[in-house]
Parts: sequence; C-alpha cells; structure tokens
Amino acid sequence: MAARATQYGKGETDMKAAKGHVFKYGDNVDTDVIIPARYLNSSDPKELAVHCMEDIDADFVKKVKAGDIIVANKNFGCGSSREHAPLAIKAAGVSCVIAETFARIFYRNAINIGLPIIECPEAAKAIEPGDEVEVDFDTGVITDVTKQTTYQGQAFPPFMQKIIDCGGLVNYINQK
Amino acid sequence: MGMTMTQKILAAHAGLSSVSAGQLIEADLDLVLGNDITSPVAIHEMDKMKVDGVFDKDKIALVLDHFVPNKDIKSAQHCKCVREFACKHGITNYFDVGEMGIEHALLPEKGLTVAGDVIIGADSHTCTYGALGAFSTGVGSTDMAAGMATGKAWFKVPAAIKFVLTGKPAKWVSGKDIILHIIGMIGVDGALYKSMEFVGDGIAYLSMDDRFTIANMAIEAGGKNGIFPVDDRAKQYMEEHSRRPYTVYEADEDAEYDAVYTIDLSTLKPTVAFPHLPENTKTIDEVGDIKIDQVVIGSCTNGRMEDLRVAASILKGKKVAKGVRVIVIPATQKIYLDAMEEGLLKTFIEAGAIVSTPTCGPCLGGYMGILAEHERCVSTTNRNFVGRMGHVDSEIYLASPAVAAASAITGKLSGPDEV
Repeated sequence: MAARATQYGKGETDMKAAKGHVFKYGDNVDTDVIIPARYLNSSDPKELAVHCMEDIDADFVKKVKAGDIIVANKNFGCGSSREHAPLAIKAAGVSCVIAETFARIFYRNAINIGLPIIECPEAAKAIEPGDEVEVDFDTGVITDVTKQTTYQGQAFPPFMQKIIDCGGLVNYINQK
Repeated sequence: MGMTMTQKILAAHAGLSSVSAGQLIEADLDLVLGNDITSPVAIHEMDKMKVDGVFDKDKIALVLDHFVPNKDIKSAQHCKCVREFACKHGITNYFDVGEMGIEHALLPEKGLTVAGDVIIGADSHTCTYGALGAFSTGVGSTDMAAGMATGKAWFKVPAAIKFVLTGKPAKWVSGKDIILHIIGMIGVDGALYKSMEFVGDGIAYLSMDDRFTIANMAIEAGGKNGIFPVDDRAKQYMEEHSRRPYTVYEADEDAEYDAVYTIDLSTLKPTVAFPHLPENTKTIDEVGDIKIDQVVIGSCTNGRMEDLRVAASILKGKKVAKGVRVIVIPATQKIYLDAMEEGLLKTFIEAGAIVSTPTCGPCLGGYMGILAEHERCVSTTNRNFVGRMGHVDSEIYLASPAVAAASAITGKLSGPDEV
C-alpha cells in the first residue's frame, strides 16, 4: 500500500503534497516545548500557534512560512496528551512532520486532527535544517530537493488510512 | 500463541476470542475521562458529530483539576464550558471544586476504575489505573470526543515488555524509585507503543500507592499502558472503594514479550531524574551538591496518603531550609481531610511548608509554584522537561516524597538518611 500522510484539513483545501523548508530538531521533542502549558488556558489554534515551539526554538514562529516542514529524530511529541500540540503546529502553517518515531498519543492526535505526519528514520537522520523538502502523500516519497535525495516513508495501516480518507475521526464516525 | 494480560482485556472488549500484537481493533469503553484542559476541545469536536448525546452518562468522568480554582479568566471560561456540558448531559461523575481531586488519584478512590476495565482519558497519565489490573491509556481530545459519543475507541493491540520484580525494596525505596530506575534503564522511548507488564514476587511488597505511582509513569517510558496482576491487595482496595464488579485477567503462560527484564528490588537505591528527561537518573549517592530553591510534594504521581505520610515522618519536628519554598498538595479532598485528621498538615505547616488544595498546578507549570530563571526544584511529579515548571532556564529534579522532604530540610538534593 502506498504511504500517505494525512491529507485532509478542517475546512482548507485537500493537499496532495507538502513542500517547504525544514526546521530540524533532535530526539524527544516533548509537548511542553511544542506548546508550553502556560498557554493552555486557550484552545484557539491561532493563539496557540503564536507560541509554537517557543521553549525549544524562540525564533520558530518568526521564521516559519506556510508549507514549511518539521523534521525530528526519535519520539517526537512525547509527554502530555494535549491535542493543542499538533493543533499549534498545524496552525503555524507546518505542512508535514517527518520523524524517526512519534510518541503514540501525538501520533493518534495528528491523525485525528489532520496534521500530516510520516515516520522515516533515514530521511529524519539525513535531512538538514533549511533544506527544501517535498513530500508526496500518495506515494509516501520524501524528496530532499536541496540534496537531490529521496526516501520512502512508512505506510499507514489500512484502518488508519480509512480514518484519514474520511477526513479525520469526526468525519469517519459521522460517515459510519 | 498466548496473550498478555493487556491483550486479553482488549480481546474481551472487542468481542474477540483472541488478538495479537499489531492487530487493529475497536473496543468497548468502560470509562472516558477528561479534564479542564482537554475536555473543552473534546466538547467542541463532539459538537461536530452527528450524535444526540453521550453514549452513557455514567461512564464519563469530567474532572476539573489542572487550573482550578480558576487561575485566570481563560481557565474560568474553560471550566464553565465543561460545567455546562456536564449539566446538559447529566454527567454522573462530574467533579468540580469542592469535590474534585487530581483525576488519577480521584477516580480509583471513588471506585470508578476496576480490574478488567478498558479506560481512555484525555490525559497522558490515564495509564495509572493499570495498578488495579485495568487497561487504561491516554488519548487526545478528539479520541475523547469519539469515546463520549460512541462508547468505543480503536486501538492497535500492543506488544509487551515484561518486568519481573523480585525481592523486597529497602526502607526508603518507593514505587517512584522503582519506576525512575526502570525509565533510566530503558529510556523515555524504551516502551514506545508497548504495554509494560509488571509481574514477580516483589509486587507483594508494593502498596497500592506504590503501584499507582509505577503505572502512572509508564507513559514516561513511552508505554501505551502499564499493568499489574490483580492480587489480594488489589482486590481488597477495589472492595473497599468500589461497588462495581471487577474481572481478573491473567497473562497466558506462553504469552510473547518483546523483552523481559528482571529487577531485584532489594538492590535499588533512592533514585532521582536530573534535568531535562525522566531517563537522566542517578542514585542518591551519585547526585553531588545540588542546591535547590523549591520542593513540590504532590501530583497524580505522588500526592497520595502514603506519600504525605512519608514526607511528614521526615519533616516532623524539623524546619525547611532557609530560602527553600516547600509546596505540599494532597491529591484529593479525602486525602486532604485524612492528612488533616492525622496531623500531617500541621507537621508540614510547622516545618515551614505550605499546603494547597488539590490541583495539578505546578507540575505542568500552570500556577501555584512557577520557577524563575535558574531556579531548581525537587519535585515528586512526573516530568522534568525544559520549561515544564516555569522559566525555560529552570530545572526540575524528579524524586520520591522521601527525597523531596529530606531535600526540603537540607536545601540541597538529599536522601532521607542524611537528615
């Protein structure tokens, strides 16, 4: 089965691909640095996005452009179950997160809210900050345009793909 | 092929005779939990679903515990949203200020979680109820919304790691030291996507409060859940706290495990996790000279009665070091009252600590003990990530209540034998 990242959104146009410049982080990026709890008195994605990645990369919000891609190593999104973390990343304009592995609650949340994610250890290790990267959600192929290299992302199991194809968990349940 | 304890519970709730690791199933839920941070997002998502109401008003628990009593206007709005939802749908197990406690201490105490249950909660420490032999795991708000609407959730059946606990722990070695030791050994993603199944004769020496602490921090090793066998002590706890029937599941003899670790509890020492990951552990004799500014004793990890008793036994008749702020937070109203009646709160206050009403507050840097730049805290909580308790350049040292209390007296990271 071809790998696809989540390609639906809450109201926005369906995406078939992501293209953007890379923000690169290391192992164990936790949800406290993705969106610190001091801002969890809001659940508005736009408000959350203003503080996205604040405690690990204060410049992220100033530099990120719509379509940009986050690449990280092991266990991305570990820690709290806050759905505010993938919501903040998505609302900041990030089109895809590529990692060696994701923490399991973050993985579920990303699928459920429509933040495209792909597990690909090779890509996560090789891609460098600032590289221009393309992700084809139909094939799961990740291309580092800067380095002229390609990688094959991990496929979603068919059941999860069905949730993704429905446009997330809420639509999946509504259609059942 | 045999099934693990977790797999048996999931199979029973999916109406299947057997399941295997990696299989995707839909399981019936016995309880769906949310708090004041995650529930408003779930309520908003549920509004988008074509459903008339909740699947069962008795099988949802809404606990206002993170930012209450409301720390600011936005938090107050969130709590109001949850309050109105609970009222509209007649949610039986809705706990507001006056009745609330920290959710993972409160629900077992109220008898809402028992062996054999499948429980999801929009809070990562929902894995706590594995101490009673339940399958329980943290999810996000959208999963919580789907759970409230349908009473079901999808799961990928987890593989498992078996931890064989043998021997009797030494005097000052608690559940906290055991789980910090394990996380230090396997890392913060050592059990990623997997169940952590605890077995062995050493469990007989662990109180229920020790087991809650251990299961609570399974998520800090990346685990999907942590689970204990249901022995006489667990049965007694459930019979004292719950009127719900429970079901005991046991792993098959030929169940498969991805790894098996044997840990002799008698060899463990009090253990501390240094900044900024729970896996950065050192035993108390290795910590060196770490001067501290604050101590927090509380949270869903270590705010239970036994935790307060141990801390009070060390602080009794002593004074906290000058320049150290000590914040004690009983996890539920019942624990607060019991601690008051036992004289523990008097001990804390006379020692120079303060006692707060139940709240998650400082654990996640919400309020009630935020750290300034370069400040250090010894905390009985569960995470020491960058900025978790306040300033991005502050530091958290995770420890047991005994180590936290001893450190409060000396003003530096210390073991209970030093005071």
